[in-house]
Formats: sequence, C-alpha cells, structure tokens
Amino acid sequence: MTTAATVANWQGQPAGAPAPVDWARIRADFPLIGRPIKGKPIVYLDSAATSQKPRSVIETLRTYYEEYNANVHRGAYNIAAKATHEYEAAREKVRRFINAASVKEVVFTKGTTEGLNLVAYAWGRKFVKADDEVVLSELEHHSNLVPWQILCQATGAKLKYIPIHEDGSLDVSRLDEIITRRTRLVSVTAQSNVLGTVTPVRQIVARAREVGAVSVIDGAQSVPHQPVDVQAIGCDFLAFSGHKMCGPTASGVLYGRRERLEEMDPFLYGGEMIREVRYDGATWNDIPHKFEAGTPGIAQAIGLGAGIDYLSAIGMDRVQEHEGTLTKRALAHAAEMKGLTLYGPRDVSVRGGVITFNFADIHPHDLATILDEQDRVCVRAGHHCAMPLTMKLGVAATARASFYVYNTEDEIDILFDSLRRAKEFMSRGAR
Amino acid sequence: MSELTDLYQEVILDHHRAPKNYRVIDGARQAKGHNPLCGDQVTVYVVIEGDVVKDVSFQGNGCAISRAAASLMTGAVKGLARDKVEAIFRKFQKVVTGEPTADDGIDLGKLEVLSGVCQFPVRVKCATLAWHTLRAAIESGEGVVSSEDGK
Repeated sequence: MTTAATVANWQGQPAGAPAPVDWARIRADFPLIGRPIKGKPIVYLDSAATSQKPRSVIETLRTYYEEYNANVHRGAYNIAAKATHEYEAAREKVRRFINAASVKEVVFTKGTTEGLNLVAYAWGRKFVKADDEVVLSELEHHSNLVPWQILCQATGAKLKYIPIHEDGSLDVSRLDEIITRRTRLVSVTAQSNVLGTVTPVRQIVARAREVGAVSVIDGAQSVPHQPVDVQAIGCDFLAFSGHKMCGPTASGVLYGRRERLEEMDPFLYGGEMIREVRYDGATWNDIPHKFEAGTPGIAQAIGLGAGIDYLSAIGMDRVQEHEGTLTKRALAHAAEMKGLTLYGPRDVSVRGGVITFNFADIHPHDLATILDEQDRVCVRAGHHCAMPLTMKLGVAATARASFYVYNTEDEIDILFDSLRRAKEFMSRGAR
Repeated sequence: MSELTDLYQEVILDHHRAPKNYRVIDGARQAKGHNPLCGDQVTVYVVIEGDVVKDVSFQGNGCAISRAAASLMTGAVKGLARDKVEAIFRKFQKVVTGEPTADDGIDLGKLEVLSGVCQFPVRVKCATLAWHTLRAAIESGEGVVSSEDGK
C-alpha cells in the first residue's frame, strides 16, 4: 500500500478511493453557468432538457473545425484520416462508457428520438406482426411512445402499458401478466423525464428475455446521470442523447446488441451505408456503418467523446451522488413549502435529479417567466413531452427543475426563495 | 423587475382571478383553442346577430396572461361588428408583438394593459390564443345558428 493511500485511509476514506471532487472547479468549467444574462447570473435548472457544455467540449468542436474538418471514411489525405480516427475513437469512448461488448454495437444518431425511431422502423417493421404485443410504461416521453403507436397501427400489433403507482413509481407487481409470450418488444424509460422515477430496468429486461421479447431502454435521462452497463442490464437496445450529457446538440447513440443489428435492415439508404452498388442493386456495409447513411454528425460524435471524457474524469458514481445531494435538499424544501404539490417518488434512491411540481395555483408558465425575471432561474413549464402522463397526474401542466454536475445547493435555495417571492408577486392586489 | 410588473399588471391579475364572461353560452357558435407548448386550452362561445357580436364568453385552463387576455377580449368585442373585431385584433396583435402601430383611430382601450407582453416573445401566444379561437368561433357555422344568420 502506498503512503498516499494510507494517508487517505487514515482520513477515513476507503483504500484507493479517488480524491473528493472539487465541484466549484467543475462549475467553473462551464462558461454559461453563472454568466450574467441581462445583468443577472443564470441559475440553470433545466438540464433534463439539455445540459450546458464544458469548455473542453467547446474547444474540441473548435479544434475539429479549425484543424481537421474533413469527411470520414473516404478521404486519403491527412486531415481526413485524422477526422476518421477521432470519429472512431469517440465510438470507442461510448463503448467503454456503457460497457458494450464491441464498437460495432455503437451507432451514432442525432439523439434518443432518432435511436428509438430507428428501432421501431428497422427492427419493428421487420419483426413485429399482427397479434404481437408491444409493451411500454405509462411514464414514457412522446419519443418512446409515438413511434410504437405508429408501428402498432401499421402492423396490427397491440400496445400495452406497465402502470404507475400514485407516487409515480412503476407498478411491476403484475409484470408477468403484462409481459407474456405474446410480447414481441418491450420499450421502457430508465428514468422518467417528468417525475424522475428510476425504473427497475433489469427486472423488466429479465422478464422480456424470459418470454423471448426484445428489450429497448430509453436512456435519455439515465445515461447522463449514473453509471450504465448494457451487458449487466442485458437489454437489446439502449438509446440516449449526447446533448443532455455535456455533448453537442444533435449528438446521440443507439446501442444495439450485435445479433439484433445484424438481423435488421437499414433505416436510411445512401452513401456510407453501402458495400457495393450496381445499377440493378446494392449490398450493405457492416454494422454499425449500415445505420449511418450519409455524412454523419462528425463534430457531434467527437464532441460527445469529449463530453464522455469529462464525465468519466469526474466518475459517474460521483455525478449520481452529487445529484442525490441536490435532490435531497430540493425534496426537503418542497416538503416544507406550503401550497406546493410535488409529483413523483419522495425516495431519493428511486428518484433522479428532477423535481416536478405545481405551486400556489400559479400556472407553471407564469412561474417560469417570473422565476426567470426575478432570479434568472431557468425551469421548464408544460407537459414535458409526456402528455398522457401529465393528464394522468390530473393537471394541464407542471413546472420542472432538473439538476446536473454544475448545480449547487445554494441554487436549490435560490429556487425556493424565488418561488416564495413569486407567490407574493402574484398575490398583489388580491383581497 | 419593471418588465415583470409591466407584464403582470394588477388589472391582469384581477382578470385572472375573476375573469369576466367566464361561462358557457348554450347553442352558441364555439371553437376550441389549444397551445401545445404550455397546455393552455380555451373554448370561446360567440353569438352573432347579423354582423354583430351579440354575446361572447369563454372557458378554459391557462396561465394568467391567457386567462386575462380572454377575459379582456370578451369585454372589448361585445356589441361590435365583425370587421371592427378584426381590426381590433390586428392592432392588438401588433401591440403584443411590439410592431409599430398606425394612428388609425382604433382605440384598444383596456386591452392596452397587455402591451407588456411584447417584452416576452414566448408569451405572445398566451395573449392571442383566445383571439384566434374567437375568429375560428365566428367563422364556424357550428352550434345553433342565430336568427339573423344567412340574411
């Protein structure tokens, strides 16, 4: 054992534990965080919509465009080789980040929505038949709902939903009755973008495998916030977005188990995805390139690679821990706040860094404007692209605050203080 | 803060808390308006006699701006001819989007309290939702057609 480790032990940390994260330094890595907008520094609490970007990611994009901007997989010259190398290196970073068995299982997309549509079309249209069943949960975002509705309309398959409890947690007590031998595909979110509910994906995937169904995970809200291991989960597909995890907009990934990707037809046809084209036909490139027709998002993929480097340097377990701390503080405030209705589970162990609420009969849209004007607190208002779930909650809209690596406990306090003042503001003149 | 108090003037808060003409008119022409961005929903009821808005009301769910705008609208257009309603709507739309308005003799009256909306481009739809819905209601032949219709 080294001296340093001994010292660490002596200070009460487990042997080999990495040094504590300097969250203030992390915060300083994000140019937009704390930047004054119309005279006030922003308090960014909308990372479930998109995350801010660290300087390293912005620099990576700039370097690509300034130093080796070229198309991938074709040019024979130096900068084209460099672009191809960096693009494929980003694929390896993704593979390692989610522990896929091979880089062949990593398809670059422009986001979760594209990944889920790709599966619904390229796998779904080929293998889902009339009388088959497709199972989702009641928590789903429109992007993991509408593609399957369309698939079921086109094939005659039946759509079923795993229900939720009143607190917004998934009710898996009747899982065996919902996922049956008739189920062809199961697609569920790992974490609700509205309620923060963390779902038991391993249990759901295990049940899907038991009945021979294919499993798809919407990881848009989980991959950015916690360690993810696709081999441990055992899913067939995992779709997620790069822009919610420090990467550029229009970056994303579809992980697909090798056998699944091999048995699928391409989604888009054109350049890059072909092996050979004759006037009377064509053959397809190997996976994953078979699913990357046309010039891909090269800067996006390389930028996402830089985002993954950034998060990995912090450590995803640390990211999760930090968000847990923020969420606990927010839940504590929420419990004490008169007139605040909180949606979703109260238990931080099954809730990610998302707080969704209604407050003092103030419409969420008004709240969002007032919080922004008062304190530059950025929250989301509306149905959060989950209209069926919002309706199930019995409301037209909710307000949502969501947290990430750069947020602080002080910012949570600012949110609740701002809410209190919003209530006073909207009560002006009331008798 | 001043932009915020311009937007949420006390008159607006009053209309939000106690909207005028917040009721169903049985048998009236009606249309539903929906703002998918924030989930606001409004139904506007209108009775047309000849060319005149004889009665108008609304119901729905929405933010303070959209509710107050609907309430103020019903007060502003009742008793007016259709082309006058249209002219007011056009001017109102210019005011809330911050476009310059001509000195055309059209007086927006109480509707002026919503002029603060022009500082908040994302809220323009809240202020105009009821108006678009009113137009649709007027143009729809649905509901019990007024006795003056078709003359």
